Amino acid sequence: MSTSLEPQTPTPATAAASSAKAQPIGDRVFAGLATGAGTLILLVLAGVAAFLLAEGVPALVAPAGDLPGGNGFIAFAWPLLFGTLLAATIALVVATPFAVAVALFISHYAPRRIAQGLGYVMDLLAAIPSLVYGLWGVTVLAPATVPSAQWLADNLGFIPLFAGPASTTGRTMLVAGLVLAVMILPIISAVSREVFLQTPRLHEEAALALGATRWEMIKMAVLPFGRSGIISGAMLGLGRALGETIAVALIISGLGIVTFNIIGNQNSLTIAANIALDFPESSGLAVNALIASGLVLFVVTFLVNAFARYIINRRSEFSGAN
Amino acid sequence: MTTSTTRSGATASTKGAPGGRPPAPRRLPPRAAWIVLGVVLAAALLLGLSTGLNIGLLAVGALVLNVVGLYVWARAVEGRRAATDRLVTAVVTSAFVVAMVPLASLLWTVITLGTNRFDLQFFTYSMLGVVGEGGGAYHAITGTLIVTGLAALISVPIGVLAAVYLVEYGRGRLARAITFLVDVMTGIPSIVAGLFAVALFTLAFGPGTRLGIMGAVALSVLMIPVVVRSVEEMLKIVPNELREASYALGVSKWRTIVRVVLRTSVAGIATGITLAIARVIGETAPLLITLGATTGLNLNPFDGRMASLPVFSYYSYTQPGTPPQPGLDRAWAAALVLMLIVMVLSLVARLISRLFSPKIR
Repeated sequence: MSTSLEPQTPTPATAAASSAKAQPIGDRVFAGLATGAGTLILLVLAGVAAFLLAEGVPALVAPAGDLPGGNGFIAFAWPLLFGTLLAATIALVVATPFAVAVALFISHYAPRRIAQGLGYVMDLLAAIPSLVYGLWGVTVLAPATVPSAQWLADNLGFIPLFAGPASTTGRTMLVAGLVLAVMILPIISAVSREVFLQTPRLHEEAALALGATRWEMIKMAVLPFGRSGIISGAMLGLGRALGETIAVALIISGLGIVTFNIIGNQNSLTIAANIALDFPESSGLAVNALIASGLVLFVVTFLVNAFARYIINRRSEFSGAN
Repeated sequence: MTTSTTRSGATASTKGAPGGRPPAPRRLPPRAAWIVLGVVLAAALLLGLSTGLNIGLLAVGALVLNVVGLYVWARAVEGRRAATDRLVTAVVTSAFVVAMVPLASLLWTVITLGTNRFDLQFFTYSMLGVVGEGGGAYHAITGTLIVTGLAALISVPIGVLAAVYLVEYGRGRLARAITFLVDVMTGIPSIVAGLFAVALFTLAFGPGTRLGIMGAVALSVLMIPVVVRSVEEMLKIVPNELREASYALGVSKWRTIVRVVLRTSVAGIATGITLAIARVIGETAPLLITLGATTGLNLNPFDGRMASLPVFSYYSYTQPGTPPQPGLDRAWAAALVLMLIVMVLSLVARLISRLFSPKIR
């Protein structure tokens, strides 16, 4: 949306830059400062990768027995990566339908008068610190899920996800995933809502004029237009869920094992939560191993986010609405 | 939303009359959705009172029954398309309500549990030498303010200048690369930002370093992209005529930017910065691994460990001591303070943009 503004504006920059020789000193200093700040951002991102690599490499090249767990870095990091992906997947699967519904409700169903207020509320919720979500999850949600988890284990135990035996504390991967879902819901729905509201008014009115019901109008005009918005919103939410630390650390005090059982006593742990739990008490090579696992997380989230941005950018170039 | 405008007065006259209006579709009474909801809720209430079933189970059952009942009724009276429309409306609305339940529960929990220790002592005492009851988060609040302030001090100049570069100077590959990477940086996990600061300071000062400034660096990594993004948006909507008028008067480019462009968008920039602060002030993970924790007051970010509100809350919850209740109360009070700070900052940001932004249109 906003990126389209740029090419259309006549560029004062080029006009002024052509008379570079006559530039006063203030101009050159200011241009240098601005360019420097821009470049610094590139350097910081490169620095994040470089410093993590520099501190992570000792763990990658160290003899397998010296690392936590004693079986080398792959054996250390794989269960954590598995747990990260599992928790984020649960969150995404649960949150996306609700987020789309919430976005649709605010953009097309809610009375116009309260719609804007609801938008503000969702934005506020997106800003609540993850620590608060974590405290809520472990205090309220975890005990509340115990009966349901017991029921799932009894009746749907043949599905590997609910193999049981069910945890009696409720501090399970399922609860972690649900808390993450609650956390990323405002993000996904904010992005989706933004795109739904940009649906060309004429498309909507044309559909209604042809006798479509509201749902048919949404199906024919809004959803096709907003599909990339939903996807990119979900990707951004996924990125947040992958990297979420403290909420997961508060809920799961797991062992870092690989298990699909999401309601049991023994749970997978995520990379980020493992760092938060172990880092304060670690020293020496264990720190390097944690930093290396952070590098893995960085790469995964980088790819997810880059993919999301690619979809957003492609849409803004080709959608025709701009 | 009403698909037919020939609702009334059409039924009697049109029977067999050639060229007359088609028979009006039959419609459910107005507020049919509310009627069904009322019936279902009443049934659920009766069932709940008589059998004592689980309230959550009842609510879910009522929700499903409401949607199905409305669909069946509409299907019988109005036909397939209108019934589908009602079905989707009911599903979307129910999904919205269901999605609000955890969020409402969260607010309620934080407020009720947080107010147990939301007293004067909490804001004026540190935890130095406190075992069991009493104590407060004075040291953590000052720590959070210092670290976040430092982070803002680092991020705001860099972020604003980078945004100026992107809007006013940047053309070509470098600008595109920065735009893309700023977007990607927005999604960096906070713990990775913390690890970056740890790795950086480990290389500089040796392992085990814990400093306030480390936390500020970590928060800056998270804050800079947010500042750049919002300031960029604000600079883009400054009308080009203002720049051209300034150039036409012979004002140099940097003075135009500082005096015209930034001056025009100052409210938007303030909003963006406030929101960026609100975003990072609640970060726990990066501070956990960069600041460490203390029980006493430390006002020097360049010397030793520092307490911060989120980390204080985290440790008060995970290591409450014995008996655990005072620790838990402190944890919730800290969480409440944190949430209030974030909310107030967000509201202030909205207020700034509403009160001070120039009227573009």
